[in-house]
Amino acid sequence: MKILVVDDEADVQPLFLQRFRREIREHEFEFDFALSGEDALNYLHDKHSEVVLILSDINMPGMSGLELLSRIRHEYDMPPPMVMMITAYGDEENHRQAMERGANDFLTKPLDFNLLKEKLKTLT
Amino acid sequence: MSTAIWVIIVGYFATKFTLEDSFQHLIGSALLFGLIYYGTKEQDFGPQRSYLLANAPLAVVGLINFLFQLFFEGFYDKYEQFFNYATLIAFAWIFGKWASSKKQEDELRISTERRAELEALVQERTVELQKQKDELQETVQELKTTQAQLIQSEKMASLGELTAGIAHEIQNPLNFVNNFSEVTAELIEEMEEELNKGDKEEAIAIAADIKQNLEKIMHHGKRADGIVKGMLQHSRASSNVKEPTDINKLADEYLRLAYHGLRAKDKSFNAELITHFAEGLPQANLVPQDVGRVLLNLFNNAFYAVKEKQKTTGTEFKPKVEVATVSKGKSLEITVKDNGTGIPDEIKEKILQPFFTTKPTGEGTGLGLSLSYDIVVKAHSGKIDIKSKQGEGSEFKISLPV
Repeated sequence: MKILVVDDEADVQPLFLQRFRREIREHEFEFDFALSGEDALNYLHDKHSEVVLILSDINMPGMSGLELLSRIRHEYDMPPPMVMMITAYGDEENHRQAMERGANDFLTKPLDFNLLKEKLKTLT
Repeated sequence: MSTAIWVIIVGYFATKFTLEDSFQHLIGSALLFGLIYYGTKEQDFGPQRSYLLANAPLAVVGLINFLFQLFFEGFYDKYEQFFNYATLIAFAWIFGKWASSKKQEDELRISTERRAELEALVQERTVELQKQKDELQETVQELKTTQAQLIQSEKMASLGELTAGIAHEIQNPLNFVNNFSEVTAELIEEMEEELNKGDKEEAIAIAADIKQNLEKIMHHGKRADGIVKGMLQHSRASSNVKEPTDINKLADEYLRLAYHGLRAKDKSFNAELITHFAEGLPQANLVPQDVGRVLLNLFNNAFYAVKEKQKTTGTEFKPKVEVATVSKGKSLEITVKDNGTGIPDEIKEKILQPFFTTKPTGEGTGLGLSLSYDIVVKAHSGKIDIKSKQGEGSEFKISLPV
């Protein structure tokens, strides 16, 4: 299962790779990364058919995660990828907006990787 | 003194009637000359000199009378009448002089009194002025205190605006510290497992990851540390100590703080942040918290301007805030540019004035730019250049000497 992680902080990359070390080694998951909403859209433009799940931060400079979500829902509906939103502000407003714009799930920072792992495993 | 003159006159007549005619003139004259000589020499008679000198013609006439009587007796006897007239005129002269001196004396007395009056008046006015001066000095002191308080409250106001940004900025590195610590603990377990299995190669790979993670933990720990320090510096009354500062780091830090501060208040707000930091810039000698405040103020204004524009233009508008640094000879330039509402021409002159604000009451203190001007121009001998076009955006360029 290919997962695209969108976050403007580059350090989430080694974090994901290490947290899912075993799963990656056993080819359960494959991770790709984008540093901005714009990056993510470019990536999806080429590879949207490969990506099953998108994990995106909301609070990013430039295109916000919510905007990215709207664009994904608008442009890629065959088949619609799963989108989970992550934000540092675990507040109602962002949650409501994310759900309204068609997010499949909503996670808050700091990420609970064990919870994420369980969620991902139910998907495979 | 006038009694002295009466003595002379009485003395003169006394000698005139008792002595023989020719010698009475000589003795009277000699007496007068002696008195005049003595009176003019003595400092004590200074003010009465004019009285004494008034007697000089009488003495001269007396002397002439004597000389003519002695040597030209015939001539004298023939014209005695005229000699007597001369004596009379000399007397008249004395009285005339005396009267005018008296008048002068009176005038002098009056003017002395006047002067004393004036002096008292001046004294009174001086006291009044001194009092006014003291009061003004007190007012100036009060104003200075108020100004210092205003600067501090402006600082605290901007700190308040920053709090959410700071929280976000600290939360992020802390999350990394927590996440990397957790994953590292897991990796150590995994490494043990691999070692037990005898897979040394995998164990070494994990060890490399652990090392990398510890470096990341340190990096993010320091990042949080730097932010807290920056915040403390910002809130503290300025130390006014100039120190070599990396302006790229300073600009980046405050750009993020300003952005996240605004984002925390208005989550729907989003802007593209563009940084053009010149590499290899020399360190600038400046008061970091003060210049940081200037930058914070410029960023806050830029974000405010693009946000205002977004309100009126809708979703098509892409807010953009740019910061650029460049080295220009002996100075460094920091440019903060936005594509917001711009500054209308009619208020361009006023924006640096204290308490001038376009923000609604309660949102802006109107001190931001005026303090920025003081910090850059007065404290750092720098320059602020403002370019702006209404509806298109603004550009603030700060030049600071290296």
